[in-house]
Amino acid sequence: MAEPLLFVEHLLKQYGDKVILNDINLTVNKGEVVVILGSSGCGKSTFLRCLNALEPIQGGTVRLREESITHDSKNLTDIRQKIGMVFQSYDLFPHLTVLGNILLAPTKVQGRDKAEVTQEAMALLERVGLKDRADSYPAELSGGQKQRVAIVRALAMHPEVMLFDEVTAALDPEMVREVQDVMLDLAEQGKTMLIVTHEMQFARAVADRILLIDDGHIIEDEDPEIFFTAPKSDKAKQFLNLFEFHRPKKNK
Amino acid sequence: MNWAFIAKYLPMYEKAAWLTVKTGTAGIVLSVIIGIICAAILYYRVPILRRLVSTYVEISRNTPLLVQLFFIYYGIPKVTGIKTDAFTCGIVGLAFLGGSYMCETFRSGIEAIEPIQEESAKALGLNKFQIMRYVLLPQALSISFPGFVANVIFLMKETSVFSAISLMDLMFTAKDLIGVFYKTKESLFLLVVFYLIILLPISLLGSFIERRLRRG
Ligand SMILES: Nc1ncnc2c1ncn2[C@@H]1O[C@H](COP(=O)(O)OP(=O)(O)OP(=O)(O)O)[C@@H](O)[C@H]1O
Ligand SMILES: [Mg+2]
Repeated sequence: MAEPLLFVEHLLKQYGDKVILNDINLTVNKGEVVVILGSSGCGKSTFLRCLNALEPIQGGTVRLREESITHDSKNLTDIRQKIGMVFQSYDLFPHLTVLGNILLAPTKVQGRDKAEVTQEAMALLERVGLKDRADSYPAELSGGQKQRVAIVRALAMHPEVMLFDEVTAALDPEMVREVQDVMLDLAEQGKTMLIVTHEMQFARAVADRILLIDDGHIIEDEDPEIFFTAPKSDKAKQFLNLFEFHRPKKNK
Repeated sequence: MNWAFIAKYLPMYEKAAWLTVKTGTAGIVLSVIIGIICAAILYYRVPILRRLVSTYVEISRNTPLLVQLFFIYYGIPKVTGIKTDAFTCGIVGLAFLGGSYMCETFRSGIEAIEPIQEESAKALGLNKFQIMRYVLLPQALSISFPGFVANVIFLMKETSVFSAISLMDLMFTAKDLIGVFYKTKESLFLLVVFYLIILLPISLLGSFIERRLRRG
């Protein structure tokens, strides 16, 4: 039975007079993996940032179950603990070790026992293949390793939803896969995730649902197989064409 | 050079040097605390308080320490009736001056940190205080360390005006001895030596830590 978890109703987001997102409606069920696609600048990052109130919104509501998420909620820090986020640029705290990065929020924000969190952190690090880097500083890690640590750091808070904003976009190609594998692993375990990506094969593999944002609206909300094989709207076809290559016909 | 004179008054300088170090250290520690609090208020643009802090910074930076000291030592007792000793006044005066310098140094340090640092801390559920304490300040202190060391040395040197409120520090002792014995050369020689003994280690330790911070 599908259990609705995250609700977005009539979301309006503007920067000044410029409307970025207009009347966005979305319900995400527990365990669902939603991939958000759209051309550059269409507002994908902005959308994710509205979901944990990193951006104030100008209209509509965002809710996690019954709790409304707005920029001035009194319990904003409580809600944010339930929504993990990993960014495109490396955002580890450079003055803390890998383990220090992971322990900070669970111990200081949630007041959990350090030994218990350490044990969990080490188990998570092992799962992403970084157990031996627990005492390294972020500057000593590769981009792919940093992003895997950032994912573990978010997971250690036991979030109900994870947001990923192009977490592989700044990586060298050979490191993209190791990060994607971690996300595929999470999908398999039934984590609820919203993923923004430009990697179509990955999107197709990981998604339960594909959203396409254009001109401030969700113009497609589709099963991935249908979206990639038989897209309905012209906009979706155009968008997918950007990722197609046609072999140039050479004149002999 | 009259070495007998130097040997005779060395203990007096030593005592004065301790006084300089004590007032200087206490004033600087308070400066750091004031500086951190003010920098946090300015960074988070706390309403009302930030206006107070900006006014304080302007007053503190644009008046000489000597004037600030006179105000605290002679002015405040006149108005409030509370009289404090020169030692306390010296510390308070130095903290009043140093707080604004430390504030500006730390603030520019915090502002040099990539915004993504604060954002990811927010996304993890940290509140403003926790973000400042665990994420921004540690990075800001290391970024602004060179400025911090410069402030410490500047403030230590500024303690020389304490003699004006009759605090028996190094400067006071030197002036006193010159006035009484006319041994200008010896008195000034000791004065320079003792200031160097205090300031050189700070400077050397500062650049040592700075190099280590830069390396890693
Ligand atoms: N702080 C801001 N102030 C004003 N405009 C902004 C701000 N941040 C983003 N925008 C604008 O909002 C729009 C959406 O930006 P956003 O970063 O969400 O796009 P995106 O879909 O994530 O793009 P990309 O694929 O390049 O990451 C863009 O036109 C951008 O210029
Ligand atoms: Mg983006």
